[in-house]
Amino acid sequence: MSVETIETAETTEVRPGDETPVLEVTDLTVTFRGLNGNPDVHAVRGVGYSVRRGEVLGIVGESGSGKSVSSMAAMGLLPDHAVITGSVKLHGEEILGLDDRAMAARRGKVISMVFQDPLSGLTPVYTVGDQLAEAVLVHNPRLPKEQARKRAVHLLDLVGIPNPEGRYRSFPHEFSGGMRQRVMIAMAMANDPDVIICDEPTTALDVTIQAQILDLLRTAREETGAAIVMITHDLGVVAGFVDRVLVMYAGRPVEMGGVDEIYYGSRMPYTMGLLGAVPRMDLERQGALVPIKGTPPSLSDLPPGCPFAPRCPIVRPECSLAEPDLLPVGGQPSAETIEEVHGHTDDTSATGVRDTGVQRVACIRSGEIADRGWTAQDIYPVPDIPEVPVADVRREDRAEMLRVEGLTKHHPLTKGAVFKRRVGTVYAVDGIDFDIREGETLALVGESGCGKSTTLMEIMGLERPQAGSITVMGHDTASLGKTDRFALRRDMQIVFQDPMSSLDPRMPVFDIIAEPLRTHRFSQADTTRRVYELIELVGLNPEHATRFPSEFSGGQRQRIGIARALALEPKLLVLDEPVSALDVSIQAGVVNLLEELQARLGLSYLFVAHDLSVVRHIADRVAVMYLGRIVEIGDTESVYTKPAHPYTQALLSAIPIPDPERERARTHIVLDGDLPSPANPPSGCRFRTRCQKFITLSEPEQERCMSVEPSLDATNGGDQAAACHFAERQRVL
Amino acid sequence: MGKFLVRRLLNYVVLIFLATSFAYLLAATNLYPRGYFEQMQPPPTPEAVNAQLDALNLNDQTPLAQRYVTWLTGVVQGDFGQTIQGRDVTDQVWLKAGVTLRLITVATILGSFLGIAIGAYAAVRQYRRFDKAATVASFVVLAIPTVVIALSVQIGATAINGALGFQLFLFSGEYSAGFRGEWWELLLNRLHHAILPTFVLAVALFAAFARYQRNMMLDVLGADFVRTAMAKGLTRRKALLKHALRTALIPTITYFTFTFGLMVAGATFTEKIYGWHGMGAWLIDSISQQDVHVVAAVSCFMAVTIMIASFLSDILYAWLDPRVRV
Amino acid sequence: MSTTETSPKTTAGVPTVPPTPSRVKDIVRQLVGTPRVIVGLSMIALLLLFAFIGPLLTGWDIGERDYLALKSPPSPEHWMGTNATGQDIFTQASAGLQKSLLIGLLVALMSTAIAALVGSFAGYFSGIPDRALMWIADLALVLPSFVVLAILSKHFGGDGGWFVLVILLAGFSWMVTSKMIRGMTISLREREYIHAARFMGVPSHKIILRHILPNMSSLLIADATIAVSTAIIGETSLSYFGLGVQAPDISLGVVIADGSRFATTAWWMFLFPTLLLVILVLAVNMIGDGLRDALDPQSKSRRS
Repeated sequence: MSVETIETAETTEVRPGDETPVLEVTDLTVTFRGLNGNPDVHAVRGVGYSVRRGEVLGIVGESGSGKSVSSMAAMGLLPDHAVITGSVKLHGEEILGLDDRAMAARRGKVISMVFQDPLSGLTPVYTVGDQLAEAVLVHNPRLPKEQARKRAVHLLDLVGIPNPEGRYRSFPHEFSGGMRQRVMIAMAMANDPDVIICDEPTTALDVTIQAQILDLLRTAREETGAAIVMITHDLGVVAGFVDRVLVMYAGRPVEMGGVDEIYYGSRMPYTMGLLGAVPRMDLERQGALVPIKGTPPSLSDLPPGCPFAPRCPIVRPECSLAEPDLLPVGGQPSAETIEEVHGHTDDTSATGVRDTGVQRVACIRSGEIADRGWTAQDIYPVPDIPEVPVADVRREDRAEMLRVEGLTKHHPLTKGAVFKRRVGTVYAVDGIDFDIREGETLALVGESGCGKSTTLMEIMGLERPQAGSITVMGHDTASLGKTDRFALRRDMQIVFQDPMSSLDPRMPVFDIIAEPLRTHRFSQADTTRRVYELIELVGLNPEHATRFPSEFSGGQRQRIGIARALALEPKLLVLDEPVSALDVSIQAGVVNLLEELQARLGLSYLFVAHDLSVVRHIADRVAVMYLGRIVEIGDTESVYTKPAHPYTQALLSAIPIPDPERERARTHIVLDGDLPSPANPPSGCRFRTRCQKFITLSEPEQERCMSVEPSLDATNGGDQAAACHFAERQRVL
Repeated sequence: MGKFLVRRLLNYVVLIFLATSFAYLLAATNLYPRGYFEQMQPPPTPEAVNAQLDALNLNDQTPLAQRYVTWLTGVVQGDFGQTIQGRDVTDQVWLKAGVTLRLITVATILGSFLGIAIGAYAAVRQYRRFDKAATVASFVVLAIPTVVIALSVQIGATAINGALGFQLFLFSGEYSAGFRGEWWELLLNRLHHAILPTFVLAVALFAAFARYQRNMMLDVLGADFVRTAMAKGLTRRKALLKHALRTALIPTITYFTFTFGLMVAGATFTEKIYGWHGMGAWLIDSISQQDVHVVAAVSCFMAVTIMIASFLSDILYAWLDPRVRV
Repeated sequence: MSTTETSPKTTAGVPTVPPTPSRVKDIVRQLVGTPRVIVGLSMIALLLLFAFIGPLLTGWDIGERDYLALKSPPSPEHWMGTNATGQDIFTQASAGLQKSLLIGLLVALMSTAIAALVGSFAGYFSGIPDRALMWIADLALVLPSFVVLAILSKHFGGDGGWFVLVILLAGFSWMVTSKMIRGMTISLREREYIHAARFMGVPSHKIILRHILPNMSSLLIADATIAVSTAIIGETSLSYFGLGVQAPDISLGVVIADGSRFATTAWWMFLFPTLLLVILVLAVNMIGDGLRDALDPQSKSRRS
């Protein structure tokens, strides 16, 4: 077989004089046996990589690409029904196939892991300190308990837990997400391992906490000298952190190389699409995002040939003949060879995928892409998004769609699940003002717990708020009667974050989209006509009408949600994190759709998000929230280029940019600590406890921050306003 | 916290009061104590019957409201009236309660321990042979009413005794009537009598606990924290024992407490069949003897045990699980 | 707003909601993959055959006495023998099975319906309706159900008297399920599709009936199945003390109670009806448990 000769040629290429890699994975495959007549799932199909001491490898891929499963296999953490083949070498010693006892001796000692979800990752019934001490004791059984305890306290201190002595006795649920993740990292560092695998360590965290954790991981690497394998879907996180990148798709590596090679010279259409699909916070005018059509294939029923072929814009007939191997750029066999080989054998099994250190691509047109210097914009069709019709009208002259004044929502803080009782008040939303004009998008951004979702719920409820007022298209909600409220609902609809839970799983798509129409008593004929019109409008097929939500991918489900929201022809659409649960390649399509709908239907958007990159792309104006207050508001352009509030500056600075060179050159402002509890906000300026500017102020100035709550004042004579006594517009990107 | 507890306990008292009153009124209107006296031999005169009924506050010629008030006045002072034979109900309650508690304490502990161990292990070996065997066993047991288990065990014991020619198993009464001996002989005799009824109750409980613990365990088996424990360097076995089982035991322990409260009523059939004079057997006898006051007292006792059990299970839950700890 | 759509070949005439086989097929596929359900269903089918065709085969009427064969062991004449009064056990048992099945089904249906309504309304509305409904559930838990059933058992006789028993059994068996449903409703209430429905103006009772209960249907079905067996066992136990179904009605429990008195001397009187009962309850439990495994999305997510 000709493929084999290529492989042997490759293996001779290993750089001489190199120490043995700490971790070397070769040709790893993982198959989950299907139960009850379900087909087998080929989760990983030939992964190979190696990391040396102190090196950081990034494994990038969308959900279901097999990136987590491959590292779990290396750790020996997969359940029994997973069939694993290939080779995993730790310091040159084969560890695949070792029994549990032997693997346990290495886990946590030589190779350790940090998991994604710190919420459920710690045993709820033991104290944080005991769990940490256990990690020490399990590998040093003869160590006195007292010393393990000391080591645990030391580790807590090392990862930046304030008051480690006292916090030793805390239970996991008493820690915030960021602190739990610190504990997980401390656990992984406990025995000075040689490799730390980080599986999406920051995905569940807010950006300012993410910046802290990434900093901590850098410290951990310096402290232990360990190699790090960083698994993530976020191309920004990888850019500034890793040395080399492995891109996975449908259980296989499709491109591998140095971080600069991948980001500036990707030769694989999938990687190129991914990079083009990311909204960029640092670019002023990005244009439409690059959407990748279709969805990743099912891992139980893969088509022959390149798994990306059905979604690839430059697909060739020979792509679907055989799956291309991971080969150096331009090293792919010609179309004729593929056809010839394919004639002999239909064996498409993995063929010795191993890491050789040079950029390699699994695409038969990689050479061509390199020669012609194609970029994502060249090969992907980018939609043309028209201008909003009212764009020429001045903002002040446009109709007002929504006005919120002094909106307040306090709710009781209860404690204890069994003996529930009130122990305080949560100041979820504490007096905010903003307005939205016709054809405009206002983004409400902030980290979790800042009150942005509560704000939405208050607005959508159309009830009299606890304090302040909500005016929707000229109607004050406090004075609405039952019929008026019902009628007003037609003009204002909502799209939710999670496409899994925003559609009733027991209803077919037709009924889902028809529900608002039927509720508002449209005739049967009108309903039917309108539903098919909407299905068309959001880019679905009429035959989808009879299917159930579970049969759709996340992006399609979000389109159904948008169709439902548009059914009653609303003028104002409230979007609650509409793309944050989607993969990047899918997200781009939905963002483009939203922009297109706004232009075509003249909609106004209230867009709530924590992802500032998407906001920059879609919003006209942005309001930044912190602990129930708006700290800065203004047109997107001004706020992003010259933010005035220290919190906005920190927020923008914390977001990693998918551009390795710029990312390496940036200095991030890393905030201290966690968000204070909204039940007990600090006096004066609520941000002062974490403020990077506060520390630099003189004592009388600090006194002012602590006693006087700053009001939202204009900072540039225009639209931008910030709630800071010492606001100062500054470029941070 | 204190205010909260008081409110909760007050609610319990109201519920118990309503349940007991309901039982009294139902019994007083539907049972026919007059019949109990009228069928005596030789038949007493109507005046004598009325006098008896009046003395016991059971006369159906007295307005119901008046009887209820009289009864309630007693209850508030801790006096549940008299049995139809004229004995003090309150004293009897403690006697009978002791019998029932002796029976169910051992049985519940035995059955639940066995069930927890088997259920937890079955979950770890999900879909393997042990799991399948345990599942089949608990399914079959759950399909048989306790009455039938009790009877079958009795029949089996009779057969074995017959085959052996001596009384290996005893299945009638709490101890041999008229038995005399040292205290330890008496204890041994009581234990001997307790074997079969305890076994019957334990078997039924084992099945329920095995199913419950298996489900609880399955819920935590795939939990992230078990994976974390293994990633730290614990073997799968140790991670399961120390992290998964410990967490999965919390709901089971609360379930155990709650079950214990229900068992007072649940042991009725076993008591009756094995001739133990506990609460349940007493209740059945009193209904056939038209004994209104006993019915009310037993109802009250059962309501109290259910309330105590559910309160204790809440407390235990809060105490064991730091997430809901107060 | 002008959606100038070029409605392609006007799909408007398409039947609105054609029945969608895909989901049903999916459930059926899962059920076939759960052998317990299949075995349970076939056992039930056999029992049904026995219950409704059995009495026609023997030639003996229900309650008819064969004075020539008192307490006779199984014979070609009497396939399961006779009891002390000469009644044919086969006929009695199959007739009893009929009634037991009926009682089980009705009680399960009623108690699940009550539980679903009480639980979902309490969970959805919270506040005062929630407290009131849950207080009623607590009260029903504390009421001595056995006392009530025993005292009222004299009303179970006569025409349709067994239906009183059914209502009482159902009235005392909905509480625990309703608390569970309340808990699930509280978590479902925060689902985004419930918010969406509320924000488009759908009234609360419609949200409960259209979105909340259907999404618990699999659990409700599984729970109702288990309730069938609980009711059958409950009735049997009551019958043992003569507090269940009263003559002339006959249930499996009555037949077993009759037989138990002769269990050591005339084993057929006890063994055959008991076996029938155990098979019946076992079959029902297997279906219920299998359904729960197959339909409950939570049990599917157990794969790591």
